[in-house]
Amino acid sequence: MTITAEHLSYVYHPGSPFAAKALDDVSLTIEEGEFFGIIGHTGSGKSTFVKHLNGLIRLPSSQKHYKKPKAKKGMPSPVVPSLKVGEYDLSSRKTDFYGLRKKVGMVFQYPEAQLFAETVFEDVAFGLKNFERDMKEKETEAAVKAAIEVVGLDYAAVKDVSPFDLSGGQKRRVAIAGVIVTKPEILVLDEPAAGLDPLGKKEIMALLHRLHGDWCKTVVIVSHDMDEIAENCTRAAVFSEGKIVYALPPKELFLKADELFALGLDIPLTAKLRLALLKRGIETDCDFTVDSFVDAVLKKRGGAS
Amino acid sequence: MKEVTFGQYYPVESFVHKVDPRLKIVFLIAYITAIFLAKNFYGLAACAFVLVLTVAFSRVPILKVLRALRGIAVLILFTSVLNVFFYRGEGDPYFEWTVFAVYREGLIFSAFLVCRLVLLAMLSSMLTYTTTPVALCDGIESLLTPLKWIRFPVHAVSLIMSQALSMIPILSDETDRIKSAQMARGADFESGNPVKRVKAMIPILIPLLISAFRRAEELGEAMEARCYMGDKKRTKYKKLTFTWRDLIVFLLIAGLVTGVVLLRVYCGGVI
Repeated sequence: MTITAEHLSYVYHPGSPFAAKALDDVSLTIEEGEFFGIIGHTGSGKSTFVKHLNGLIRLPSSQKHYKKPKAKKGMPSPVVPSLKVGEYDLSSRKTDFYGLRKKVGMVFQYPEAQLFAETVFEDVAFGLKNFERDMKEKETEAAVKAAIEVVGLDYAAVKDVSPFDLSGGQKRRVAIAGVIVTKPEILVLDEPAAGLDPLGKKEIMALLHRLHGDWCKTVVIVSHDMDEIAENCTRAAVFSEGKIVYALPPKELFLKADELFALGLDIPLTAKLRLALLKRGIETDCDFTVDSFVDAVLKKRGGAS
Repeated sequence: MKEVTFGQYYPVESFVHKVDPRLKIVFLIAYITAIFLAKNFYGLAACAFVLVLTVAFSRVPILKVLRALRGIAVLILFTSVLNVFFYRGEGDPYFEWTVFAVYREGLIFSAFLVCRLVLLAMLSSMLTYTTTPVALCDGIESLLTPLKWIRFPVHAVSLIMSQALSMIPILSDETDRIKSAQMARGADFESGNPVKRVKAMIPILIPLLISAFRRAEELGEAMEARCYMGDKKRTKYKKLTFTWRDLIVFLLIAGLVTGVVLLRVYCGGVI
């Protein structure tokens, strides 16, 4: 499923003294099969954008009581925002948002806060029972088992345990299992590795790579960690003040170090090292993953490892 | 949940916003007293004049103030209808049917009551429009201080109040987040019979409760880490002090109450 957003805008608390523009004429296409990154500092509109993708925030035109803006004479006709996710047209009121949410899985920041059931099994099965009302018990069990195993937990050991008795990293995996159990085609994650230790971060990213492809065709992650973006993403969009500034593969994006610094963002370690080498007159050509950077440096040295 | 703004503070700068919260609370109490002391429309007119002044110097849109009436519309309707039909006056009724009768006095009296309620609701809402919940709390704490003489834990009560207030937006955000997360997992909060809907709230309530407890614990630890010891010699960051504004307001209140009392004595009742 391809995601196509055109001219999306969103204002929180419109018409009140608290009004805040979160999205301002955002257009973006995310192709099927991408591992897409979204970067931007707090309040740049990235979470608001992501919430549009499964209809948690609705376009004005998909709400009741929507009135089409009238074209005034002499004025340019008003831009109509539109958002399509695969065959779902999110700007229409008739869209089956329920069906959409089954196709677009969403893992929020600190997803362990959504755990509620008595056992891990029940919690993971929650989404499945909501979406597949007449699934047989055996099928449910098989799906839950597969989800728990793919996130790297031992099914037999955890299924009857209370999710609140698990460690922080385990809780997060259970929460992720609870989202992917329905095999969504698009998986959106808002800072999936936030607050984890370095090992936990690595494991979560490894998990996302396991999921990407067979389990979920498209993965979209929101992240502050540029190394994570450089290492994993096929493309990344940079949000600033509700607008998209760049949407480029990391290879091109992280060449714009100065522009990113100006936006209050960082660049990955590999890009910093590349700049440091450049200052000393050594040019390296890499796509900013650690492997390719090492290769490039070794090539400059004139020898293989 | 988006529309939940606690209290209804309207953030602009104005004369009324700057008045000491303690005085505003006293003002409201005095105003209510004046309304109930007023026995005729002259007294209410004086009250209305003070209300108009308050609204004019607060820069709160008049529509917002009128909206406060929505909440008590039913009450107003109920009391006025009762009074119109059941007030027994002298002379001939305009209309009579079994136990219902409409007298001239009934009409006047119910109009009088409606005016009272409207004034009351509008001025009370002015207090919350122009005072932040935190300032309101400070004001209440300060006004309750005399109760310390009878060992009433004024400080603890006001701390609980202000913490409860500051938790409301945090928990409302949290509710929003958890609700979104469960909706993304296909939870449905809008359809089904009441029992089903209440059951659907469980996946929100349990995580919310857990996070509320966690936050309370964290807050307690953070306060202990900073040597919080109850009200032993605590100073205030923002000390409430009276200014020239407060003097004006005080004179206004005093004037209103005396005026209403005089009108009551010299102009007689409404009927």
